[in-house]
Amino acid sequence: MKADGDILITLAAQFTIMALLAFGGANAVVPEIHRQAVELRGWMTEAQFADLFAIAQVAPGPNVMLVSLVGFHVAGLWGALVATLAMCGPTAVLAALLSRTWDRFRGAPWRDIVQTALVPISVGLVAATAIVLTQVADRSWPAVAITAATAAVAYWTRWNPLWLIGIAGMAGLAGLI
Amino acid sequence: MRCGEWRGWLQHSPRHTPIANGKGATPAAPLIAPIPQSHWPTGAAGVKQRSVMSDPAAASPPLKPASAVPTHAELFLAFFQITLSGFGGTLPWTRRMFVEKKKWMTAQEFNDAYALCQFLPGPNIVNLTMIFGARMRGATGALACWSGFLLLPFVLMVTVGALYARYGDIAALHRILTGIIAAAAGLLIATVAKMAVPLLRKGIGRPAPFVLVATALSIGVMRWPLLSVMAALVPSSIALTWWRR
Repeated sequence: MKADGDILITLAAQFTIMALLAFGGANAVVPEIHRQAVELRGWMTEAQFADLFAIAQVAPGPNVMLVSLVGFHVAGLWGALVATLAMCGPTAVLAALLSRTWDRFRGAPWRDIVQTALVPISVGLVAATAIVLTQVADRSWPAVAITAATAAVAYWTRWNPLWLIGIAGMAGLAGLI
Repeated sequence: MRCGEWRGWLQHSPRHTPIANGKGATPAAPLIAPIPQSHWPTGAAGVKQRSVMSDPAAASPPLKPASAVPTHAELFLAFFQITLSGFGGTLPWTRRMFVEKKKWMTAQEFNDAYALCQFLPGPNIVNLTMIFGARMRGATGALACWSGFLLLPFVLMVTVGALYARYGDIAALHRILTGIIAAAAGLLIATVAKMAVPLLRKGIGRPAPFVLVATALSIGVMRWPLLSVMAALVPSSIALTWWRR
């Protein structure tokens, strides 16, 4: 667990930029994290990325904590700290500052247009995350079946998603996937 | 200052649908459905601004002493507690704490603040903690809420990360995680479908479906860098929306 200065700077810069572009919340930047960590910089394998995402998904707390796990994997405790601060700090300060200013422009036509224009982008980003994750997750036919079944149940019923995740984890443990 | 003014600071156009919640898959609709005004708490319960003492309108009948404004410790602990119980997404727990238990916010105020956070970039609920803390206690209040919310998940993630570094090679663990991520992908597909259907219903000629598909393809399939894609698509989407308004 070495905390190389260059890596910390890279983590800080990349996660700050990602956060500022994360229209649609933390889930919107999963493809970019994957691109940076797996494809571009080789910080981790595809399987490790999948593991970390799954852990962040079942752990309590917000999904954004995936960046802490990625940061820890890359550069230990300091990496986790830098990645988390970069992802969660600047945008939250911006939100607090903007929340007053933004309201001053209520009723301004451009404000409505900007809001309307950003909605499909944020949904598109989360859709991209779904595409990337499905490719990462579904390496066998049983896994495809689990994904399809979970999607159907979650779309058409009101079951608690934790049950679905638990069942899928048990199926995985039993070696069915 | 009364709750109505507080609400005004954060109010957001209600025509934009909720995007996603903390865990991506918990049904968001019932939580953030519009609440009629008659449900707002009346009188003292709604007063909660730090400027309550300096506001002459609110000062004349002393509805509630300044203690109605939560202290820094209360803010920190409230968010700390939320993360303790935040299995399965923190949004429902945050709402329960703010609106139902402590009555620091009306349901409408919570909806408005959350709508703003969904519109702004960054992790939604983390942004919400700082907006909320800044309203209650200024910059230090924002820090109290924010750190209260992030401390425990961070410690947990570092612990789990260390455990994974040591035991990540165990086959049984990897099998469980393989199952979990298959289900997580399915949950996300369902979430996307719920969010996309209203936009796609707007019709093929409208900008929204086009922008949605262009974003999903360039990031999800082409794997282009986020910064370049956003630099191209955000202005395009704004221009298209303005042109077809």
